[in-house]
Amino acid sequence: MDLTFASITDIAEAVQSKKVSAKEVTEHFAKRIDSLDEKLNSFTTRNDQALKDAEALDARIAKGEHVGPLAGVPFGIKEMFCTKGLKTTAGSKILENFIPPYDATVVARLKAAGIVVMGKLNQDEFAMGSSNETSFHGPTKNPWKLDCVPGGSSGGSAAAQAARLVAGTLGTDTGGSIRQPASFCGIVGVKPTYGRVSRYGIIAYASSLDQAGPMVSSVKDAALTMEVISGFDSFDSTTTQRSVPAWSKNLKADMKGMKIGLMKEYMTGGLHADVQKTVENAVDSLKKMGAEIVEVSVPMSEFAVPVYYLIAASEASSNLARYDGVKYGHRAEFKNLSAVELETFYGKTRGEGFGKEVKRRIMLGTYCLSSGYYDAYYNKAGQVRRLIMNEYLEAFKKCDVILSPVTTAPAFKIGERISDPLTMYLNDIFTTSTNLAGLPGMSVPFGLSQENLPIGIQLTASHFEEQKMLDVAFALEGASPVKGKNPHVI
Amino acid sequence: MIDKKTIEHIAKLARLQVSEEEAQEYSTQLAKALGHFEQISKINTAGIEPLVTPTEIESFWREDVVKQEFTAEEMTANAPAKAGNLFKVPPVV
Repeated sequence: MDLTFASITDIAEAVQSKKVSAKEVTEHFAKRIDSLDEKLNSFTTRNDQALKDAEALDARIAKGEHVGPLAGVPFGIKEMFCTKGLKTTAGSKILENFIPPYDATVVARLKAAGIVVMGKLNQDEFAMGSSNETSFHGPTKNPWKLDCVPGGSSGGSAAAQAARLVAGTLGTDTGGSIRQPASFCGIVGVKPTYGRVSRYGIIAYASSLDQAGPMVSSVKDAALTMEVISGFDSFDSTTTQRSVPAWSKNLKADMKGMKIGLMKEYMTGGLHADVQKTVENAVDSLKKMGAEIVEVSVPMSEFAVPVYYLIAASEASSNLARYDGVKYGHRAEFKNLSAVELETFYGKTRGEGFGKEVKRRIMLGTYCLSSGYYDAYYNKAGQVRRLIMNEYLEAFKKCDVILSPVTTAPAFKIGERISDPLTMYLNDIFTTSTNLAGLPGMSVPFGLSQENLPIGIQLTASHFEEQKMLDVAFALEGASPVKGKNPHVI
Repeated sequence: MIDKKTIEHIAKLARLQVSEEEAQEYSTQLAKALGHFEQISKINTAGIEPLVTPTEIESFWREDVVKQEFTAEEMTANAPAKAGNLFKVPPVV
């Protein structure tokens, strides 16, 4: 079997039925990482135990044990997830040497399902960025065009998956960080409904927006991975107690009777011609498959970017207060610790440990939460957030799934936007409202730009309606004009 | 108004040492971003409860059972400085 392009299901079935050993699979992908990652910089830490883990899995299979639906599947994990015994820096100097003593719930669930962790993947520092250029480990490159960004913040995951250095990856999405890099790198990325997936052990950026999800090569692989990572966790009080549907088994590409919403606010002006064309092609395909297209309107989505940044920065300024140089992470050097004032100790440590973008957002958040500004910024943003969610819920009375672009344009050049934060923030215009409203969203590849860069289609559903969204993605995947196209680097 | 003095005040609140150069840069950039974000002030939100968690939270209780999942050594393994199993900190009183 061609392991490089095999699906997660195919690898797991082959390993379980002993057609191939987990060790052989691990060796195959380890070689790919060895030979290709130098160009991409997608891996930050390799798991030296990967081969041993695979052998242990093979030994269990030899004994006739059931090892789970992802047996022997090599995975890469975004640095945002705590992994026991494996360095987890969140792309930041302040966590340069941090080795967690425990696994994030999602990582523990994937391990229980049989994955082999190949290593940790690069990301924007604390997931703050839309280009993967703010990482302490340096930028990741887009495997389709090495002078372009892979998107952020889960850019390492997207690049590693697109270049097939692994068979599956995990990302996190606070304002589009799974969907945008998935679109830029031509893979499938899913952000489940807020509360579907536990955030326990995920390094917190903005707690009311963060959600983990799969970044993989097919809709079915995404559905299967979601089944493994979703579900109630007593360590995260925001997880839902609803049961987890069998998304992967229920997938259907039949679009008859399906109502697809087009948000009129998203289709006017500012769109790159290739993105516009890709969206039109997707709409035509769905129409041909029998779906009904309806226009919906979420006027408040115009304000999603400011609301998102005000809320995310405020929550970040609070969440990142834990990095104080006392319990873990970087600590500034002091000649005589007993003569240092506590505020100086914190200030110097944090000033040295955080990168520019993180400091910028902590400052923005602290300002929004400070006396005299709280009502005008944080509280006001929370109120508009409710209006955005209410408008979405109204829109979903008229349609099953909303189709939209993921970004205004395909991947941009490294360095092109990094010096202008506001322009970079506006890049998230199509993705942030999904997080604000807690809705599930995903990106599925459907086009290529004239420069041969991937373009994804964004699908959004109502709360806990992932099946509808996955079904539309499955239908689009089947009709995709870019099916089977891969980046030149592999 | 995000002047240098305001930046210094916010940096102090955030326990974040920023250089002169950074203060200058942040003052320009934050003023630009907040200026753009001001647009939400025009929206009528009278009587609207701010949304904090976007999906329902079902209350639950964990069983009140004492568990020791980590040793003191594991919990202090990442400490930048320690004395035995204690974190070493500057004087706080």
